[in-house]
Amino acid sequence: MKKDLYQIMELCLLAGKIMLASGGETYRVEDTMGRIARAYSASDSHSYATPTGIFLTIKGEHSSDELTKFIRITERSINLNKVVLVNDLSRKISSGQMTIDEAYLKLKEVEDAKPLYSNMLQVLAAALASGFFTLMFEGIWMDFLPSFLAGGVGFTVFIITHKMAKIKFFAEILSSTLIGLLAYFLVNVGLGSSLDKIIIGSVMPLVPGVLITNAVRDLMAGDLVSGLARGAEGLFTSLGLGVGIAVVIALFG
Amino acid sequence: MVYASLIATMAFGIIFNVPKRVLFTGGIVGMFGWLLFIWLSKSYNYDAVFATLAAAFVVASISQILARYLKMPATIFSIAGIIPLVPGGLAYDAMKHFVTDDYALAMEYAIKTLFISGSIAFGLIFSGIISQTLKRKVQ
Repeated sequence: MKKDLYQIMELCLLAGKIMLASGGETYRVEDTMGRIARAYSASDSHSYATPTGIFLTIKGEHSSDELTKFIRITERSINLNKVVLVNDLSRKISSGQMTIDEAYLKLKEVEDAKPLYSNMLQVLAAALASGFFTLMFEGIWMDFLPSFLAGGVGFTVFIITHKMAKIKFFAEILSSTLIGLLAYFLVNVGLGSSLDKIIIGSVMPLVPGVLITNAVRDLMAGDLVSGLARGAEGLFTSLGLGVGIAVVIALFG
Repeated sequence: MVYASLIATMAFGIIFNVPKRVLFTGGIVGMFGWLLFIWLSKSYNYDAVFATLAAAFVVASISQILARYLKMPATIFSIAGIIPLVPGGLAYDAMKHFVTDDYALAMEYAIKTLFISGSIAFGLIFSGIISQTLKRKVQ
């Protein structure tokens, strides 16, 4: 029945969309959509996921029932919790524990869920990460505070700028320049000793580690388009970081 | 400074919205990976690229095992685990030398950064391949 098939398709797409927009790997997205389709007896499904859009085709029990839909993914962030939740739901669906309607409601809940940790906590986490990274790179305790401050400020600026300007590249350049300036200022005021280690630590929360990791994962799994797309995004983001810092170094050496 | 990597990894976990119940576990994996890397490069004088490869491989393998026990995607643990291995310092040094027109040294650092990033990826992939093969053999 076409109506049911349509619901299944919407379900699969919603699951895929949430995963992709939260930093899931391409093969996991396609795999999850396939599992959900199979769980509801939509036997033959093909999905094609890229970081910017998902195609899905599913066939119903009668070979004349076939639906295709495309949705666009406009925003991506890293929210591993959502990936886990969708994964859990997919397991439950596969073991037959949920009806289509139940599953759809649950997925909608996941989609609308707020991040686990408040923005303030995330900034604090970024600041801590920066400070401790500086220590890991053999910085001394005196460098912890400037790195903590610069990292926290940089991350805050990044969040705000990203919300306003939507172009990650720009937000990265701005944040890293600010981090560089702040770090330089703090060292000059006597609050820190090795500028290099402070900057390295402070910039760490902005480094697109997940993006690049997933890019390589996609490439190795054969999802060339996704891999290249993610790799490009990761590269540009890193370049943005580099440019900001390079400016500061060039100015103040 | 053992705990630095633990806290740093957990802090990153918060930024990535890792579920609370595995936040600490992720931190441990990250710490373990970092310690392994340090141990391999300092005690055995292994090249950073190889040490990273080995550490990433071990981290990924641990992640697969944890994933099975905790019923969560392995990605979460492996992402947490490799955070301390990301060559931020080298990338920075490369950038610094590019800006001061020392292109020779800059390229050296840049290529090393690339290789280390690549070895993180390969470490993850090797582990993935082995776990896939083992899964198939068990079936």
